[in-house]
Amino acid sequence: MIRATALLATLTALPLHAQELVVYTYDSFTSDWGPGPLVEAAFEEQCDCELTFVGTGDGAAMVARLQLEGAGTDADVVLGLDTNLIQAARDTGLFASAPDDLAAPTLPIEWQDDTFVPFDWSYFAFVYETYALDTVPTSFEELAASDISIVIQDPRSSTPGLGLLMWIDALYGDEAGQIWADLADNIVTVTPGWSEAYGLFLEGEAEMVLSYTTSPAYHLIAEEDDGKSSAIFDAGHYLQVEVAAALAASDQPELAAEFLRFIASDAVQSVLPTTQWMYPAYETELPAGYETMNIPGVALLQAPDVAAARRDAALALWQDALSQ
Amino acid sequence: MIRFEGAVLRNGAFELSADLTVAGPGICAVIGPSGSGKSTLLLALAGFLPVAQGRVTIGGQDVTSLPPAARPVSVLFQDHNLFAHLDVTANVALGLRPNLRLSDAERERVQDALHRTGLEALAKRKPDALSGGQQQRVAIARALLRDRPVLLLDEAFGALGPGLRRDMLNLVQSVAVERALTVLMVTHEPEDARTIADQVVFVADGRAHVPLATEAFFATPAPAVAAYLGL
Amino acid sequence: MKLTGWSGVVIGALILLGCGAAIAALIGVSGGDLTLSAGDLAAIRFTLTQAALSAVGSVLVAVPLARALARRRFWGRNLLVTAMGAPFLLPVLVAVLGLLAIWGRNGVLSTALTAIGAERLNIYGMTGVVMAHLFFNIPLVTRLLLQGWATIPAEHFRLGAQLGFGARARFRLIELPMLRAVLPGAGLLVFLLCITSFAIALTLGGGPKATTVELAIYQAIRFDFDLPRAGLLALIQTGLCLGVATIAMLTGRAGEARAGMIRPVAMMGGAGRWLDFTVIACTTVFLAGPVVAVIVRGVPALIDLPSSVIEAAIRSILVAISSALLSVSAGLMIAIGLVRIGLARPVLARLGEGAMLIVLAISPFVLATGWFILLRGHVDPFAIALPMVVLINALMALPFALRAFVPAVALAQRTDGRLADMLGLTGLARLRHVMLPHVRGPAAFAAGLTAALSMGDLGVIALFGSTTTATLPLVMYQLMGAYRMEAAAGAALLLLILSFGMFAVIDRLGKTHDPV
Repeated sequence: MIRATALLATLTALPLHAQELVVYTYDSFTSDWGPGPLVEAAFEEQCDCELTFVGTGDGAAMVARLQLEGAGTDADVVLGLDTNLIQAARDTGLFASAPDDLAAPTLPIEWQDDTFVPFDWSYFAFVYETYALDTVPTSFEELAASDISIVIQDPRSSTPGLGLLMWIDALYGDEAGQIWADLADNIVTVTPGWSEAYGLFLEGEAEMVLSYTTSPAYHLIAEEDDGKSSAIFDAGHYLQVEVAAALAASDQPELAAEFLRFIASDAVQSVLPTTQWMYPAYETELPAGYETMNIPGVALLQAPDVAAARRDAALALWQDALSQ
Repeated sequence: MIRFEGAVLRNGAFELSADLTVAGPGICAVIGPSGSGKSTLLLALAGFLPVAQGRVTIGGQDVTSLPPAARPVSVLFQDHNLFAHLDVTANVALGLRPNLRLSDAERERVQDALHRTGLEALAKRKPDALSGGQQQRVAIARALLRDRPVLLLDEAFGALGPGLRRDMLNLVQSVAVERALTVLMVTHEPEDARTIADQVVFVADGRAHVPLATEAFFATPAPAVAAYLGL
Repeated sequence: MKLTGWSGVVIGALILLGCGAAIAALIGVSGGDLTLSAGDLAAIRFTLTQAALSAVGSVLVAVPLARALARRRFWGRNLLVTAMGAPFLLPVLVAVLGLLAIWGRNGVLSTALTAIGAERLNIYGMTGVVMAHLFFNIPLVTRLLLQGWATIPAEHFRLGAQLGFGARARFRLIELPMLRAVLPGAGLLVFLLCITSFAIALTLGGGPKATTVELAIYQAIRFDFDLPRAGLLALIQTGLCLGVATIAMLTGRAGEARAGMIRPVAMMGGAGRWLDFTVIACTTVFLAGPVVAVIVRGVPALIDLPSSVIEAAIRSILVAISSALLSVSAGLMIAIGLVRIGLARPVLARLGEGAMLIVLAISPFVLATGWFILLRGHVDPFAIALPMVVLINALMALPFALRAFVPAVALAQRTDGRLADMLGLTGLARLRHVMLPHVRGPAAFAAGLTAALSMGDLGVIALFGSTTTATLPLVMYQLMGAYRMEAAAGAALLLLILSFGMFAVIDRLGKTHDPV
């Protein structure tokens, strides 16, 4: 009798569909106020499976984690790499091609990658309080020449920091050293990550912070504060495009592919603007307020292999210029 | 001569009242149950505890509000009388000068004190290389140097064995006679009182009683004393 | 005693081996180069300089402060001494923002200065780094010194008063011997803590000039995935620390673990009273300012914290308590082992105690990554995530636990050890009757400190686990990363209250036997 009950209990405890999709992503994605819970609920309804998000620190940590785990990793999908990490990710050889039938994303630049699928993006920009600045710089030279105080992130430990590095590299190449040297007296400090920098900015420690053109949207929509804006440089702004990809060693290749397609769906894309505070990669309706965000005239993005190749040189210039 | 005039001595929350005169020179034992305030009497006399009410005089001089260094008193504690990083000579020399810069005459006096207490051989040793009895002898040597008329012993020999304790008591007695000291000796061994004390002060229930001659004290003890002595 | 003595030695040896293995695992990974760049050398130089300055500065301020606190009795003194635990328990980022609220370019002082037409403050650079380190470490050193002051027998102070010691003589003859025993260890502790400082050095350092070795290691592991280089840097960092530790351990003298009277004697009389109270007041203001800023900022958000914050808080508390139990048991056993060794070979014991400080010198990144490499393929990392966090947190607090336990165990051995030997007490009976009364105070201090440190830890959980089992500091970081700064401030305040609460409660449990 007891044995029968136990057997029955185990049978009923087994989910009917035991399929589990494991998605590695970064911390803020999985948090309660990020897109994670909404995406999870929507996908589980559609696929009749179990979706598990695993928060693994930030984007760079994800790549490091995969390199450590190798092919034995539990992950089926990785979500939240940015373009600067794509080459390193590709070099691990762990990723599978994305499905062929994916919709085409609408990005300011043309997207040509058969492995990594974009899900959101924004422009890097310097964000400021509108009441605090009289003249807003329209280029790096102007910013460097002014006495506006800025706080930036360290490219060695932060993806926006790396973004700024590549932005200046894209515009100035080997002359970047001069720009950095001129910026040195504007820089209040260099923080390990975005949170510290933005926190310092909000505390008034610096007049501008390196963030995104879409940052003011948070303040506008969530806080009803229209006092923040982003400075638009005429020469162009570097893009941050966040991507997802399926792992070759995944034990759920069809589910993974389905998830990648799902990312492009309206269910996911429509929640991104008010949880990630970035632009959705696929055409979808933007919430009210987003239309007031500044949009640069020129979008810049280096191809992943170029970015990876130039990184060390750019880093050396940065370090030299700021270590004077 | 030590006089407590309507004094109330405070040690934290504890209060001891004392209204007595200890005639000197001579040796007076202070005995009583644990926690009765025996040490309080001594510490207040030395100036480490405040006198809440009344006066304390030594040899006619009102010492009630004087700091410890200004009172004509030397104290020996049960332990920790010596500074661990100084040798015997230096510890004794502290009785003359805290900065240990002695004149030749003063150095002589230190040697005399060491001789008097039988410590010459140990002059260079550090306290942790001394036995308990030897440590206390160093403290006595220092007290000798200070040459104050009143010597207070706060259970100074309580940690020593009976034979050693008797030796130390005899040393104290001979020094006291030599220098005409008034010695107040707190002890939990009534035997010590019988050995060298002329008078006994009984402390119990927050009161220090008037001193009695030793023989009388033990021959016809008051009820409380009898209870303490287990008679 | 033989049993517990040996188990302590074994545990200590295991820990040292584990740390060495972690570094070796990193270096052993193929595909990286084992060379140091000029930047690395500059990083090493900067790291050493700021750590040395911070250690010296902390000691210089802590000595007069501890002395003032040891001597004076005033209303709220005990609360102040317990409150001294607070700065150390704050997560770095929270403390940095709190500091900047007072000393930053837009802080209280700068606003006041610009109002009177003066230049605003700019502490970014070496100043800011050292200042932040002082903020964290002065209270720690002060507490260690207070414990030292309590070991000075009251009789010495009384003798001093009677022999007519002036302030100089009192310092030279009574207080200096204790300081000479305690300070090298305390200074060393601060030095090591500052060496592995990462976020402070970067945020307040102002730029790449202020790079520490820790950042280089972090970057090598996370961004470059150049594990051998990370291992090499870790090796150098650990080697440097062990070198400094050896010097400090050998110069300091074993603390005089004498009993004396338990309650330190308050100085009667006004000698130096004004100076004492000035020192206490100034340092209190310096330390309290940022803490007050954190409280002020967090209170509004405290009311409607998201439920995930509460869940994370509960999880953090459970992890913290586990870490505390682990570090107290391990610390006690290792201390017993060290004291046992110390009876026969005192120098070896001192070196052993110094070696245990290795856990401070090793970056938690290195430990976590190294063990991950060793364990992968054998164990599922997710399954061991929380136990790993408990283990590493307990390790991180172990040096503090040891610093509290070793003198107490030595004292127990000295006072009751022979009695216990004679009665044939071994093992648990000995632990109960001989050790327990003496180590209750230090155990409470160590447990409280570990619990609080564990609550504020951010790095380990991110490395080893899934953040769906988030702890409170992580949730705070998530909030910040999602622009929700006010909610993050509320979470920070909750973290401060819980950390400090745990520390205070556990610490007070041991108060009856703790002389401070």
